[in-house]
Amino acid sequence: MFPTLPVTVKPQTVSALTAQIKTLLEESFPSVWVSGEVGSLVVAGSGHVYFNLKDKNAILPSVMWKATAVRHRYAMKDGQEVVVRGRITVYPPHGKYQLTVDELYQVGLGDQDQALRKLKEKLQKLGYFAPERKKTLPSFPQRIALVTSPSGAAIRDMLQIISRRWPCAEVWVCGVRVQGTGAPQEIASALDRLNGFAGIDVILLGRGGGSSEDLAAFNDEIVANAIFASRIPIVSAVGHEIDITIADLVADRRAATPSEAAELTTPDRMELMQTVHARRQRLHDLLIAKYQFAKKALKNVGQRRVFASPLERVRDEERRLDDLDERLQKAMRSRLQRAGVTIGSLASQLESLSPLNVLARGYSLTRTVPDNKVVRSVKQIAKGDRVEIIVADGKVQAKIIS
Amino acid sequence: MSEPKTFEDAIAELEKIVHDLEDGNIGLEEALQRYEAGVALLKCCYDKLRKVEQRIVEVAGKDEAGNPVLKPFE
Repeated sequence: MFPTLPVTVKPQTVSALTAQIKTLLEESFPSVWVSGEVGSLVVAGSGHVYFNLKDKNAILPSVMWKATAVRHRYAMKDGQEVVVRGRITVYPPHGKYQLTVDELYQVGLGDQDQALRKLKEKLQKLGYFAPERKKTLPSFPQRIALVTSPSGAAIRDMLQIISRRWPCAEVWVCGVRVQGTGAPQEIASALDRLNGFAGIDVILLGRGGGSSEDLAAFNDEIVANAIFASRIPIVSAVGHEIDITIADLVADRRAATPSEAAELTTPDRMELMQTVHARRQRLHDLLIAKYQFAKKALKNVGQRRVFASPLERVRDEERRLDDLDERLQKAMRSRLQRAGVTIGSLASQLESLSPLNVLARGYSLTRTVPDNKVVRSVKQIAKGDRVEIIVADGKVQAKIIS
Repeated sequence: MSEPKTFEDAIAELEKIVHDLEDGNIGLEEALQRYEAGVALLKCCYDKLRKVEQRIVEVAGKDEAGNPVLKPFE
């Protein structure tokens, strides 16, 4: 329990005190000139412009009402060094004082901006931002490392998206401070450590909350060096639309938000499955079509005569053989017949030449004895020689008497 | 006479024999020899054709009439 309040004390309400402060402050600073750097610039839907004026050690929340803002809002940017004239006002619902700006004058880039710009130029010359040294993100990461604040929406968003889209990936969370003293060193050493492990496919570097004033860690040269040295591809989700950090420029890929970074890094499982299903179906269809085509072609070939009636050739050859057979027989027969005819005619020729026919007509043939020579001349024989006389029906012995 | 290597060789030889015989310019004895050779070739060719036909029926698995050809399972 708290101690009991003495009865003499008459407390005032918050509103009363705030009203008193408001009067005091607003009367004390009705018109002041302030120089500082613009930061956390927001052009609200109402047309009013909210921003901080700041230097190294202090921040002054500022507001520029619509009427004044219309002249400046498109020209205003974070990091601008400005001089404004305005008055201190108190906004009781927030319990905050602010500078209501009536006039604004630009005087050049802020100191922090100058330093940042110099660093950017230096790293640019070193080739840190060169598109050709950007590494390609893996299509199907198996191990994803998150370097971000362990608390906050960023890590939750990233984990949620990764587990929805690509649940098979192993996620390593490397919690780091993302703002304040030592943050750059923590981020850089986390990146270095992760590069010492094998099998990490991609690193997501996320900011995870914090105001836009606190991008300093991601504009630090140490962080830039660590990103540049990483052999593992790094996706940054640090800055926002209007404020690209050096980390974003050096990273292999820049995402507008942690969620987008998670999406860039992971394939969508469902989408992949659909693709695989579609391809499988297509493969199946193609295979079937090919099969049908082949089947048809085969059927056509099968219907060709050689296959439809394979014995046709055999029958043809048989016919040819039969034909040859017939010709052979016929030729041989005719050869035999011709031989027969020759013999017949020779026989009749022989017949016609036979001397027996002459003898039958009354002629006779005389031969010497004993040497059987046909007597053609008287000189062949002499008186007293013995001869043989052949007539049609036989032969006789005779003696030459004169 | 040596056995011709292929069916076509045999046919060619047979054709020549028939042609020679048909020409009739050869002697009877030689004609007879040729005739005998021709008959032997014819037999040889018919044999070859029969074997081819058997093989075709076996390979096709059906005969000319389309009836399936059965053979013992080895």
